[in-house]
Order: sequence, then C-alpha cells, then structure tokens
Amino acid sequence: MSDDAHRPESAVPTPRSPVRSLLRLWPYVRPVRARLAGAAGVAVLASGTGLLIPLVLKWLVDGPVAARDAGGIWLGGGLLLLLGLAEAGLFGLRRWLVARPLASVEAAMRAALYRHLQRLPVAFHDRWPTGQLLSRGTTDLQLLRMFLAFPLTFLFVNGVTILAGCAILLTQRWTLGLVLLAPIVPLVVLCSVFEAKYSVAARRSQDQVGDLTTLVEESVLGIRIIKGFGRHRAQAHAYTALTHELRATELHKARLLAAIWGVITILPETAIGAALILGTVQVADGDLSAGTLVAFLSTALALRWPVESIGFLLAISNESATAADRYFEVMDVPPADAADASALAAAAADGAPAPDGLALTGVEFRYPDAPAGAPPTLRGVDLHVRPGETMALVGATGSGKTTLTALVPRLYDVTGGRITLDGRDIMTLPRDELRSLVAVAFEEPTLFSATAAENVLMGGEEADGDGVRRALRIAQAHEFVAALPQAEHTQVGEQGLSLSGGQRQRLALARAVVGSPRFLVLDDPLSALDVHTEARVEAALREVLATTTALIVAHRPSTVLLADRVALLSGGRVTAVGTHQQLLRESAEYAHLMSGTGPADSAPAGAAGPADPARTAEETER
Amino acid sequence: MTTTTTAAGRPPEDSDADAATPPGPPAPGDPFDQDVLPTPKGASLALLRSLLRPYTARGRLTVVLLLLQQAAVQAGPLLVAYAIDHAVPALRAHDHGPLLAVGAGYLACALAAGALQYGFTRSCARVSQDVLRDLRGRIFRHAQALSLDFHERYTSGRLISRSTTDVESLRELLNDGLQELVGVVLSIVYVTAMLLYLDWGLGTAAVLSAGPLLLFIRSYRRRSKRVYARRSTAIAAVIVKFAETLNGIRPVQAFRRERPNDAAFGRLNRVHERVNGSATLEMARYVLLSRTAANIAVAAIVLWGASRVATGSLALGVLAAAVLYLRRLYDPIDRLGMFLNAYQSAAASLEKVAGLLAQRPAVPEPAAPVPLPDRAADRPGREVTFSGVHFAYRTGGEVLPRFDLTLAAGKTVAVVGSTGAGKSTLAKLLARFYDPTGGRVLLDGVDLRDLSTTDLRRGIVMVTQEAFLFSGTVAENIAIGRPEAPRAEIERAARAIGAHDFIAALPEGYDTDVRKRGGRISAGQRQLVAFARALLADPAVLILDEATSSLDIPGERAVQRAMHTVLRDRTAVVIAHRLSTVEIADRVLVMSHGRIIEDGTPSELIGSKGEFASLHEAWQDSLVQ
Repeated sequence: MSDDAHRPESAVPTPRSPVRSLLRLWPYVRPVRARLAGAAGVAVLASGTGLLIPLVLKWLVDGPVAARDAGGIWLGGGLLLLLGLAEAGLFGLRRWLVARPLASVEAAMRAALYRHLQRLPVAFHDRWPTGQLLSRGTTDLQLLRMFLAFPLTFLFVNGVTILAGCAILLTQRWTLGLVLLAPIVPLVVLCSVFEAKYSVAARRSQDQVGDLTTLVEESVLGIRIIKGFGRHRAQAHAYTALTHELRATELHKARLLAAIWGVITILPETAIGAALILGTVQVADGDLSAGTLVAFLSTALALRWPVESIGFLLAISNESATAADRYFEVMDVPPADAADASALAAAAADGAPAPDGLALTGVEFRYPDAPAGAPPTLRGVDLHVRPGETMALVGATGSGKTTLTALVPRLYDVTGGRITLDGRDIMTLPRDELRSLVAVAFEEPTLFSATAAENVLMGGEEADGDGVRRALRIAQAHEFVAALPQAEHTQVGEQGLSLSGGQRQRLALARAVVGSPRFLVLDDPLSALDVHTEARVEAALREVLATTTALIVAHRPSTVLLADRVALLSGGRVTAVGTHQQLLRESAEYAHLMSGTGPADSAPAGAAGPADPARTAEETER
Repeated sequence: MTTTTTAAGRPPEDSDADAATPPGPPAPGDPFDQDVLPTPKGASLALLRSLLRPYTARGRLTVVLLLLQQAAVQAGPLLVAYAIDHAVPALRAHDHGPLLAVGAGYLACALAAGALQYGFTRSCARVSQDVLRDLRGRIFRHAQALSLDFHERYTSGRLISRSTTDVESLRELLNDGLQELVGVVLSIVYVTAMLLYLDWGLGTAAVLSAGPLLLFIRSYRRRSKRVYARRSTAIAAVIVKFAETLNGIRPVQAFRRERPNDAAFGRLNRVHERVNGSATLEMARYVLLSRTAANIAVAAIVLWGASRVATGSLALGVLAAAVLYLRRLYDPIDRLGMFLNAYQSAAASLEKVAGLLAQRPAVPEPAAPVPLPDRAADRPGREVTFSGVHFAYRTGGEVLPRFDLTLAAGKTVAVVGSTGAGKSTLAKLLARFYDPTGGRVLLDGVDLRDLSTTDLRRGIVMVTQEAFLFSGTVAENIAIGRPEAPRAEIERAARAIGAHDFIAALPEGYDTDVRKRGGRISAGQRQLVAFARALLADPAVLILDEATSSLDIPGERAVQRAMHTVLRDRTAVVIAHRLSTVEIADRVLVMSHGRIIEDGTPSELIGSKGEFASLHEAWQDSLVQ
C-alpha cells in the first residue's frame, strides 16, 4: 500500500549549488568556528610534521650514520622522537578539538529542528509524514556532523597539499610539471558532471530512506489492523519493494562513484607514467639528473592520495549538501507565529477584554491544501456563546464540527471572518495567552509518555496535587487511576501502560479541566464511555460548566443536555440555535441527528447519512 | 593558529572522565525502558555472518578485486626504480626496449588500477546493498511477526532507530571498513615481510613493537564498545521523543507543551551529544596512544639500527631501506582505527538489532497448521469455544479468571460491562492478538494456535475503535483485507455501511489519498472506512470493539440497519457501550471484573432486573430526553 512516495510537493528538489547549501550551515558552525579552524590548522601542522620525519631520516642515514658519528646519531634519534611525539600529539589534538564541538553542532541543529517543528502550523504536519521529518533529524544530521569532522577539513588540507605539491613540481621542472598537471582540466570537467548526477541520486536515496522510515512508523501505529487482517506479509512486501528501490538508487550512486574513482585513478597515473617516460629520456640525454627525477616522481606519488581522496570527499560533500537542503527545506517553512507580529501590534487598539464570551462572526475556513474549486469547509459561521454559557455543537458526520473546534485555539487560522474571546480577536492574542485561555479535549485522546498525573498537569502547570485529584474526579478517572500499579505516578502513553479508549478519554478530559480554563472546547468528550460512567462524568462536569464558557461537540442527546443551548452546523454554516427541545420541534435535520429517525433529506451532501436502507440491504446480499 | 588556545580551555582528562559516566541515573528494572533487550552472547557476530553468507562468492570476488587493485597501485614505485636503473642505461645505449616496456607497463598498471577500482567499488556496493536490504527486511518482517504486547512496549521510535541509524552504521562498516581492513592487512604483511627479509633483528624488533599497539587496540575496543552501545540507546531515545511529539502535535500545541518539550528533548539530545562526543574522544585517545607508541618504536629501532651500523654489524643500505619501510609499517594505524571505529559502531548496532531479532513472538504461527473444516454452504459463520481459558498479563495481575464459553455459529453476541471489565481482552483473545495464559480458544473445534495466519484472518476479523488509516487511497484502505478485490466490491462494502456518500464527495472519490490534498477524514468517517474494510474481508467471525463510538446517531443507525444483513451469515461479537447494538443481538454477556455475570437474550436480561437491566434503563434515559 505504501509503495508510493508520499512526499509533500514542497519537497521537490530545486537545483542549488552544493556550496551554497553547505554555507547555510554557518550559523550553527559559527559558535565552534575557532575550534574547527584550529583543528584544520593542526591538521596542516601534523601533515607538515609527517613530511619532516622522512627528511630527518634521510639526513640521519646520509649524515651521522654514514659518518659513524655517535653524537649525531643520538641527536638524530632524539629529533626523530620529538617529531614523532609532536605528530602523534597533533593528530590526537585535532580530534580532541572537534569531538565535543561537532557533537554540539549536531545537537544544536537537531534541537533547532525539533523546536521549529513544534511551532509549525498543524497544516504543515498534515502534509509531512513523520518519517520524512525524523530522517532529517537523524541520518541527515549525522551526515552533516561527519562532513564537518572529515571532508571539510581534508578538502582544505588536501587542497593545500595539492597546491603546494603542484608548485613544487612546477619549480622543479616546469615541462614535466605541465605534463603532470595536464589531466586537471578533464578531471575538473568530469568531476562537475559527476557532482551534478550524484547529487540527484543522493537526494533520491535520502528521500527513499524517509519513505522507509514512514512505512516503519505506520506499520507500528497500525499494527492492530495489520495483525487483525493478517496483512503483515503484504506490509513486508511493500517494505521490500521500497528497500529494492533504495538498493537500486544506492547501486546507481555506486556506479557513478566507481566511474569517477576509476577516472581519478587512471588520469593522474597516466600523467605520471608520461612524465616518467619523458623524464627518463631527459635523464638519458643528460638534460636531467637522476636524483631530480626521483625527487620529482616521489613528490608526484605523494600527491596521489590527496588527489584520489578528492573523489569520495566530493561525494560526501555532495550528500551533505543534499542533507543540508533537506534540513533547511523544513527550517525555511515559517513558524505559525511568524505573521503574528503586526496583528499583535494592532492588539493595543483592541481595548481591554470585556466579558463577552466566545463569538464567531462570518467565520470561513478552507484547508490550505484543499483542491481549488472545492467549497470551503466552513462558510460564514455566526455563533455567540455567552459568558458562562455552554453551547453544544451538533452536525452530521463530516460537517466540520472538529474543524471548527480546531479554529478556536488557532491550530488552524480562519480564512475569513473572525473569532473573538471576550471581545478580543484571537488573531491579536499571543498564541500562548490564547491557548492558556482555551482548554481543549480532542476527539482522539492522545496521552504522552509520562505519568498519569503529568499527563493531566499538561493542562495547567500551576495546578497542585489537589487540583489534579479534583480534575480526575470530575472526569471519573480517579478510581481507575488509583488502581494503576503506581496510582497517578504510573507511566502511561506509548512508553508506558496502555490504557483503554475510555480511560484515555477520561484522562484527556481531566487534562482539559485541570487548569480551570476560562474557555473550554470539548470534541465529543464522552464517546468511549459506558452509560453509567458517562452519567457520572456529566454530573461532575456540570459543576465545571456552570462557571465556564464552553463549546461541546455532541453526537448524543445525553451530551447535548449538558449544554444551555445547541447550535446546528449544516452545510458549513450554523443554521439553527436554540434549546434542545426547541430544535427538536423546529429542525427536522436536528431531530434526525438526535434520534436517527425521520427524514434525512436535510442532511448535507458529503455527510455519512444512510443511503436508502432497502437498496443497501439488497446490495450486500451475497 | 591563535584561536585554538582560547577554545582548548578544558583539560583532556575531563573528557575522559565523563566518557566513563553513564548517562543519567540508571533506570531500574524493565529492559524495554532502557532499550537493552537481552542478546544471546555472540548473537551480533552470528547475525553478521548469516547476513554475509549468501554473498560469500561475491564477497570473495570483491576481496580479490581489491587485492589486484592494490597490487597494480604498488607496482608504480617498482617501475620507477626499474626505469632509472635499467631504462636509462639502455637508452644511452640506444636501446628503446626497456623504456617502451616501462611505458607500456605503467600505462597498463594505471588502466588496471582504475578498472579494478571501478569493479571493486561496484562489487562492494552490490554486496553491502544486498546485505543491507536483507537486514532491513529481516528487521521489518520480524517486527511485524512479533505480537502486540511487544509493540505496546517497544514503541515505533525504537523500531525506526533500529531500521535507520543502526542499519546505517553497518553500511559504513561494509562500504569503507572492508577496504580499510584489506588495505591495512596487506600493507602490514608486505612491509613486515620486507623488513624480515632485510634484517632479522630489525624485523623482529618491528614485530615486537606491535605488542603495545595490540594492547591499545584491545583497550580501545573495550572502551568504545561501551560508548557505542550507549550512543545507540541515546539516539533511539531521541527518536522516540521526536516521533511522539510529531504524532501528537495537536495536543502539544493546544496545551502549550512546546517549551516543556524543548526542555525534555534537550535533555535527551544532550545525553546523545555527550556520548557522541565521547565516542569521538575515544578515537582521539586511541590515535594519540597508538601514534605515540609507533613513533617511539620508529625512533628506537632507528637508533638501534644506526648504532649497529656504527659498530659495523649492519650495512648502511639495509638501514636506509629498513627505515623507509618502518615508516610505512605504522602508516595504516589510523586507518586501522577507522576500521575499528566503524566495526565497534556497527557491532553496537548489530547487538541492538540482534536483541530485537531474538525476541520470540508471544503469538507464534504454527509450524504445522491445521486446516479449518469446510464450511457447509447453509451453515452461517463458525462456532467459537473458550475452553478453560484464563488470562493474566505477563507482568502479573489476572484479567480474566478461568471461564468456559461457547458462541454458536451465526449468532450475534453483545458483550457489555463497564470500562476495564475485560471485554476487550476477551475480544483480543478471540482475534488471537494474545494467547490465553491457560486453556484454549477454538474455532469450529480447531485451536486458534494451530491455524495458519491466512486461515485465521479469513476466519476472524476485529474492528477496533482506533480506526487507523495507512497512507494510500481510500480504496486501498478498504481493501487491506483483500487487496485483489475489484472496485465494485469495495464500493459495495462502503455502500453497505453508509460510507459511500462521503467517500464519493471527496475530491477524488475512492482514489483520494488520505494523507494528501483534501483527504481529511473525520474520526466518524474513519470508523466507517474501518467497517467497510472488515465487511470486504468477509470473515466467518466478526468482532466489533467499540467500532461505532465516534459515529453520530444517524450514522450508527445506518450501521445497525446494515448489520442486520451483514451479520446474518456470520458469527459476531459486538462490544459496545451504547446499547443500541444490543437490539440486534441474539445473546448478551454482561462482564464485570473479568467475569461473565449475566448471560441470556436481551429480553430475558431486561426482565431479570440485574446489571444489564439497569444499564439498559440508563441508556434508555439517555436517549429519550
């Protein structure tokens, strides 16, 4: 089923220079720039020391040893020892210098990503699968740390070495030097062709890893369905298909890499061979001393590793550039509150809050990713919940009730009209303040990996133990919580004890009421409760609702009876407001929704209203 | 570099000290909590071996290619020497033969080195990609085969960590490690042989100097093993938190959890940062120690050799050559370190993976499945028998005391009772999400444990209140139980349950991707999709666990009406808080504290003034107001 890539459209890679992508890492690297530059310097020094050691060896053999000079031998030995210790120290120092700083760069980038993701609008998360975001926060960042640790330093060190080597070669014998440097032009051309192809493949492979991650995630979250339908083999097939694709991409990458590696081996070697022939002829002709030729060629051979390493250094740099692209692709999405500044500035003009309850005026909403031409989910909702009043929101399945509740805490922003809390437009309230005024219980209760008490306390940090117990009592959760192994200190959520749907729902309700919020938005909060428990919760909830302005999505008469008035949502508008009894008498659609009988004609298209039962029955006959 | 002095403020001892401190206080008890599942000794190595076994031939080819490639590369200096020693004099004698031979030889070596490099890279990638694909598949298939109670504790984040970051570290070992190791071994063998050939004394000294090096390598292996194991755990913890936040982004934002989450994530992230840094520092320590030892050895051997030359017991030329080789002997120490690094990291990861693979499914598939007896055409559904069944969670705490129960074929049984009464556990035993602690669950007389997965799932399907949708189209989601079902049947199932209208109204109807543009589906609609899914699968036994909790009343009524026909020719177990379902049930079981306290037809129970009668009355009250 998930054999197809489900990436949001924004993830289409735009051609960008790898250097520019990598330069964007600078703000994160800046704090450790001294250490990083120091490490590069130390690496150059270490390489230099490494080059000195053979010279000392040569001097020792040619000089003191040949002359049987004991003092000179001890001096040379001592010098060798010193240089050796220096070299070892510098090598160790380089790694020591970057070890913690680079780990901290990786951690800082990951923390920034996490922080950013938490503040991106919910609409963003609707589009992006968790796996794709996770792979950016893990494999991509690990790659970037590796890039900073090795390829970056060695591109520099090897670059310097190659330049110095070339200079030495040209000064030693410029004709031979030119022969050796001849392959540079084709190498540069081939490398840039390789780079372009490789970065496309690297991007594809990284995205495929993201898809794999998404599939793993889904296969765990949906494990009950997979097991229930015996689909684990099919799921494994889908996964295998994805791993085959990834393998194909990786093999394509390997082909490209193999080709460029081959070229990087052949071209310089051929040039060295040519220089050898040419040099040998010149030595034979007496134009060149044999010693110079040997020195020349050993320099050329010493340059072999720096040149050969360019291939994989480029490959890693390329993959890192893609990783950086993928990272910044997410980081560049503006967070939800970025556009708030101007609205907040206007807030001063809005005046002090006056108790006015919750008011929706001409509220229109369409999902940002809704296809063009589709009607908005909400088109002109007018509704006023008076201070202290409880309003039930009733509507057919899919009429937009849940969407409407998500607008109040600004999980989505209205696309037209306005919502005010006590007369203040929610667009002019800082999100934090808004969300401290409004508490929500969602249709699907999500518990986090924490203790039961901590999960409740998320609704109001200032609440104390008594507050938690009170909230648990209101939600009728105190009994089952007390029966948990460590009572309210029992770990629940994904990494803890798994609770039943009804238990989760009651904890989520306790979370919503614990902070005694001014405004309460409850989305079908009692759907998973049995009749007795529901009745007890309702009785306790009534006390809370007496002093709270509340909007409650309701599917059943029992829930509706918690409310002072009821609003009927139909066709994206509020079509009727009144008491339960009033609406039962006056609205056929309402009566239908509350009893399941009577005409369903008024139900809007798109609702899961029953098709003609006779026809349905006939069609299911097998 | 003046900048280094300011940054290098902390003494190195500090970093070594914290490498030995465990991250955070040791959590007591559960291996799941600490992400350290028991791994049999040597399991990670056995895993690696079994992964490589199918590719032995290609692996050998890869090593041969690498050996040849190294030979071609090493030939260069020899040809240089030959050119100077032989080609120059020959040329002076107007003999171009040797020069041409050198030129041809050099060109051949260059081409061979390049071609072999190409072949090796591709061959190596083939092996490593095949191994990685196999490993990914093994992890995934194994995880899918493990039972629910495993997944309830292991979390998706850890599984993601196993199949991404842990697989990645094996990739590093296979891609770069092999080349490093073969290169190092070749070079050491070659150079040692040359040294021994040149002079027994010097050669033996060089071999002896390997002693301290081996000690350093051993100590590095021991220390880094701990660090890498901790790192693998630490990154998994980071991933778990990351995934949990993203999956619960709505409550996170609505309850302003961003800042507390930043702090909590920051703590996990810092643990990983410390241990990540410590891993690099272990490497720094190894490089420092091994390099120091190597360079001291070089200095000592040179000094000894030089004094022997001075006393005349060693030829000068031999010393010169030996000295050059000595340098090259110790050159690959760093590369050996890199290999060890990759190896340790991969070993730690493989250990975690092996721990996962060592988990046995608590609900295993039978080795010799027993086929279900054929269903007579006129016989509706299948009979379900609970025979002496009791169930307790692994951690203790009995959920269902011993009971016997037979559900007649073709009948609909409603199970009611308060939350936590054990209704869902009963359903999960019947769906074989768990196996009973004692006793047997039989389907038409066959123990569920003896049924093949195919038979079991054709026989029994369960619809729960959590209606998860997979990425893909609505049609694909409905067809999960029968992917080959034609569109007409998918639509018929959707129509039967009253889901067709809303699906048809989606932007692309049945082809709407549930995760893409406009594919927003409410909780009630998801339950309808889940229902259609179950209908299409056409099982003999259908279990509905709170499957209508998010539907509105008309939706529920439509489902009720549909169920009259849908349930007619199958056995059904319906768990519902809403008693509307009971209207269609032939029999009602009332459960309390894991026991069945009432059992009878709805009308019998309503008349009996028991628990069910009171539930029914309360429900009636809640409706008629």
